[in-house]
Amino acid sequence: MKQRTLNLVPKPVKWLLAGSLLLQIFVYLQLPAKPTLILELPLPPSYEQLRLFTLGDSVVAAKLGILWLQSFDQQQGRVLSYHALDYGILRQWLELLLELDPHSHYPLLLASQVYVSVGTPEKVRKMLDFVYDAYLKYPDQRWPWLLQATVLAKHRIKDLPLSLKYAQALSKGGSNVPIWAQEMQVFILEEMGELEQMRIVIGGMLANGQLTDPNEIKFLNERLKALEQLSP
Amino acid sequence: MINYVISFSRYVVIEALHTRLLVMSAILLGMGMGLVTFLGSITITETAATQSSFLAAFLRIIAVYTMSLWVITSVAREFHERSIDLWLSFPVTRGAFVVGKLLGFGIVAVMMAVFYGSILGWNAPWWQVIIWTSSLICELWIITNLSLFCVLTFQHAIPSFSIVLGFYILARSIDALQSIVHSPLNSGIGLMAQITLGAVELLATLLPHFDRFTRTEWLIYNTGTVMDLLHIIGQTAVYVTLLTAMSLFDFYRKNL
Repeated sequence: MKQRTLNLVPKPVKWLLAGSLLLQIFVYLQLPAKPTLILELPLPPSYEQLRLFTLGDSVVAAKLGILWLQSFDQQQGRVLSYHALDYGILRQWLELLLELDPHSHYPLLLASQVYVSVGTPEKVRKMLDFVYDAYLKYPDQRWPWLLQATVLAKHRIKDLPLSLKYAQALSKGGSNVPIWAQEMQVFILEEMGELEQMRIVIGGMLANGQLTDPNEIKFLNERLKALEQLSP
Repeated sequence: MINYVISFSRYVVIEALHTRLLVMSAILLGMGMGLVTFLGSITITETAATQSSFLAAFLRIIAVYTMSLWVITSVAREFHERSIDLWLSFPVTRGAFVVGKLLGFGIVAVMMAVFYGSILGWNAPWWQVIIWTSSLICELWIITNLSLFCVLTFQHAIPSFSIVLGFYILARSIDALQSIVHSPLNSGIGLMAQITLGAVELLATLLPHFDRFTRTEWLIYNTGTVMDLLHIIGQTAVYVTLLTAMSLFDFYRKNL
């Protein structure tokens, strides 16, 4: 539809338009600064409440929730330390988001790579335990995250019994867990000085035909012989 | 009668093109792409999955909103301009008018769903995109039928759109509502609890369960099956028949 020329608009209307636009810009510039109130991580809603909020689309609820949670530590242009977060509540959020979208690895990545950067071992343990519990539900899909948790427990918080617990869970995991991941417990036992238990584990692995690679069998046989020489 | 049906549906499609409905859809798609590009830039992992899920959810809502509003305003205008009186002064049955309109709206819904579905193909398996698009067509058919029924009944846009909106929100969340009223925390035995439970169960019986339609997870986890689609097609056939019967019943009784 062809429009009439601009000259036909009365001048007061043009002034009113320009003036109101400028007034809006002025109002925006006069807005008081937001109070610098730092919010605490709230308790998560229930699974059904979050689904209701996204009209029954649980995957979208999970994706929205994870982006919100991930950016929660950035409030009003300030980056909060993870020390300020309540890791008990954080874990509840991660559990909820994983329940909404069980195929996703995003909450596991946040737990095992982002939130573990906090310096407090107790908080790191909470994240690693979340990964461990998630792994027990779907070991075939989530073993890489437990492997990560095993390494973090061993090297970051130097909790060898915890690392061994995760490594043992990996060795009993699903059919997708590779042999090299199942062997993790051998090296942790060695570091813990549990040579007798290490001998039993290697012997068991060799005996039940778990291993097929000849080099791997040779390597573990050599370890076993070395252990037997060390035994009194 | 068939000629009248075809004529009415043809004019609906022409109206969609003249009122730039598809251009509007393209503009909304551009907004959606902008939104997902922004969201993609703040994700740490699963970027493609996050983008696809948001774009699919956005396009689904936009398609429902646009189609519903367009159907309602188009027919409401015919009431206000008295063109319905003109149509009915010709030797044409009221049934031909309703069915012709529905056919036209249905064709426009297919065009919109295929347009949006083809965009999602860039990031999802084609087979899943076909299931998603077919499901969106079914969802839009139910919504256009409901919109036509509401506007034929109320003749005004605001009450009609309010009812469609309420219906859609309830149909999308009825499974979640059912789970909430059946949870152990809400298992009261008082009269109000029983009434609430009964009302939710009644709604669950009467409404199509839209949360099982057009699911985002199909696109990102490849989980859609032919059986899912067959269930949706079955539900759509039943509901479209019901809504068409309601529209015909109401329109034949209307004193025009």
